[in-house]
Amino acid sequence: MAEDVLKSGNLPENPERATLEGRNKFMGFWFFLGGETVLFASLFGTYLALRNSTVDGPTGQEIFGLGLVFLMTVILLTSSLTSVYAMYHMKNNDFKKMQLWLGITVLLGFAFLGLEIYEFVHYVNDYGFGFTTSAFSTAFYSLVGFHGAHVAFGLVWIISLMIRNHKRGLNLYNAPKFYIASLYWHFIDVVWVFIFTVVYLMGKVG
Amino acid sequence: MSTTAEKKAGFGSVLWDYLTTVDHKKIAILYLVAGLFFFILGGLQAMLIRIQLIAPDNEFISAQFYNEVLTMHGTTMIFLAAMPLIFALMNAVLPLQIGARDVAFPFINSLGFWLFFFGGIFLNVSWFAGGAPDVGWTAYAPLSLFSESHGVDYYAIGLQITGFGTLMGGINFIVTVVNMRAPGMTYMRMPLFTWTSFIASVLILFAFPALTVGLFLLTFDRLFGGNFFDPEMGGNVIIWEHLFWIFGHPEVYILILPAFGVFSEIIPTFSKKRLFGYSSMVFATILIAFLGFMVWAHHMFTVGLGPIANSIFAVATMAIAVPTGIKIFNWLFTMWGGNIRLTSPMVFALGFVPTFTIGGMTGVMLASAAADFQYHDTYFVVAHFHYVIVGGTVLGIFAGIIYWWPKMFGTMLNEKLNHWFFWLFFIGFHLTFFFQHFLGLMGMPRRYWKFLPDQGLDLFNLISTIGAFGMAIGTIIFLINVVMTQMKGEKVSGDPWDARTLEWAIPSPPPFYNFKQEPLVRGLDALWVEKMQGNGKIQPAEPLGDIHMPNRSFVPFVISLGLFIAGFGVMYQGAMWILAAIGFGITAGAMLYRSVKDDIGYHVHKEELEEEEGDGSNG
Repeated sequence: MAEDVLKSGNLPENPERATLEGRNKFMGFWFFLGGETVLFASLFGTYLALRNSTVDGPTGQEIFGLGLVFLMTVILLTSSLTSVYAMYHMKNNDFKKMQLWLGITVLLGFAFLGLEIYEFVHYVNDYGFGFTTSAFSTAFYSLVGFHGAHVAFGLVWIISLMIRNHKRGLNLYNAPKFYIASLYWHFIDVVWVFIFTVVYLMGKVG
Repeated sequence: MSTTAEKKAGFGSVLWDYLTTVDHKKIAILYLVAGLFFFILGGLQAMLIRIQLIAPDNEFISAQFYNEVLTMHGTTMIFLAAMPLIFALMNAVLPLQIGARDVAFPFINSLGFWLFFFGGIFLNVSWFAGGAPDVGWTAYAPLSLFSESHGVDYYAIGLQITGFGTLMGGINFIVTVVNMRAPGMTYMRMPLFTWTSFIASVLILFAFPALTVGLFLLTFDRLFGGNFFDPEMGGNVIIWEHLFWIFGHPEVYILILPAFGVFSEIIPTFSKKRLFGYSSMVFATILIAFLGFMVWAHHMFTVGLGPIANSIFAVATMAIAVPTGIKIFNWLFTMWGGNIRLTSPMVFALGFVPTFTIGGMTGVMLASAAADFQYHDTYFVVAHFHYVIVGGTVLGIFAGIIYWWPKMFGTMLNEKLNHWFFWLFFIGFHLTFFFQHFLGLMGMPRRYWKFLPDQGLDLFNLISTIGAFGMAIGTIIFLINVVMTQMKGEKVSGDPWDARTLEWAIPSPPPFYNFKQEPLVRGLDALWVEKMQGNGKIQPAEPLGDIHMPNRSFVPFVISLGLFIAGFGVMYQGAMWILAAIGFGITAGAMLYRSVKDDIGYHVHKEELEEEEGDGSNG
């Protein structure tokens, strides 16, 4: 009985929701994302209140480069698409292709994270724009950094799932895990869309 | 009985059992014990406050210590006493009321407890490490930035850890209610305690992240040179107040709604009538929760948000009185014409209704923004929120503990002592806080270490302190009652109160799998329906079969311990960074272990269930 969930092959149509545990995880994770939304909303609110409080430090208009940020946006949006492909293959019970697309998602995620780190280093070294420079800088690094930390956590999560399951394939026990990891990845992506708009675009036009 | 084996078990194995349990009934006991511990701690702090204020110009404790005590009294009572005691009731009762074998996430349930516990311990370590937080439980910036000891850091990190646990608990109960209800248990057949706990969990989910962010900002400012609340660097101190109250106001509804639910169970049971206006009760609960998110700025009327904002928040606040009033009348109408039994939980309910109504009334007074300028930060506010939190939440918690004690432990608290507890506590409470209304109107500011003689404040402060001793003695009687009852260990039946809901259909305490067969719910007050229309027993919804159970786990304890250790490293920094590395390493490692190691639970087999004797079934 209990061991059945570990058998791979012959999965039902929606393996992530086929067991009660899976349904619980699925729903609980949606609620968790609801809470995360409030978390980021609070950070956005704080940022909006402080975005013009630059004191003597540089303003957003001076330091933001839309080219780099646009590239980051494209990379992260694409990674969301590739995670959709992965879930598509999960539902078709094609484990190898799922792993492949998850792998591409992870690579894109690393690319994004690398560019973000480059961006931060660039601000600190070339503009003297550190965490403690002004209220604006603190709010900026907190908001964008929280997002970046979420990306990093998501990468560790997806990689550990991929390594753990690469030998045994898809089953009713791990399908919900893959699925909610991809939900999380979408959420990160949605938050970035708001960061792109509120922080960078609004920061550029003032 | 299967409990014979447990009786012989030594202390070590019982300890290990509780450290690793994922059973909601045992986690309820953990929450209960920890919550009562912190309740006593917070109560002792309250006694110190009242002794200091027994007479004008008193020098009983120093000003600095007074600040620490009043801060920790508020913080402890809200986060470490009221919240876990509510979680204790929710864990003990909610799954049983909906006919579930467990909560949706047993592992996370346990993790939630241990995070809360270690967060609470972390906060209290501050007493021994250079001083507790001394800036009030609201920790307003910039005061919280200027506090020199590490007290406020303990506050920020301790509450952060506790808050994670609470958030997980909230999600767990939401999913439990949505996904785990027994056949026939539709939403509109759920007992009201389940309803209010469900809605309170939704509030937790959407309120606690604001506190999480607020505490992060405070931590960043204090420990990492951030500038959120530093006006010289462009920061804005009001952000903290907004974030704190966006969390803080829903928090008071998180505290009160489950208490409403408790009384909505007790009053019908002891009036022998179904709850009057069930659907309006549900509607009122949801409406209170909804409005509860739009009133936070009534804590900030004097900040200077402007007349428009103040008016909107004033009107929204007053609107909450409407659904609350609906509830009050529903309880009264439930009792009206009922066959009332004056058991101790019912007496608590009878004490609660007028007390809470007074608290609600002063709430409407405070909601008038113009008048609030007069009341703000006086003892009038102190009196108001103690009327709703003690008169509502604490009475509700103790009524719930007494009411469900037989279900949790299989024994019955001594009724005579319960009544003594109630009357001492209740009279003491009104002596303590009723007169504080007048102290406030006379202009006595809250949180002050001393008051001066000959300003007309002496007598009421003296009465207030006398009342506090009444509450303390009442609580001691309750504790004596608990010890005596458990020493005697007289077992009671599964349904000692002749109650109405599903949890009373199974033995007390319930077997670890709760229901041998999933129950079939045929109406509101499922057990009462069977008592009136059937043979008094709940019908099963399935044939006897294997029961899937979760494995016990030590990992939640380890995850929480890691964060506890890491907290010190983040706070003291320098060479102590090593602690942060170790702590976060432990937590991350434990989480990875949890992710990688399969945990599919086990099955209790049909044959074993058949062997179990007697009334283990619900059919």
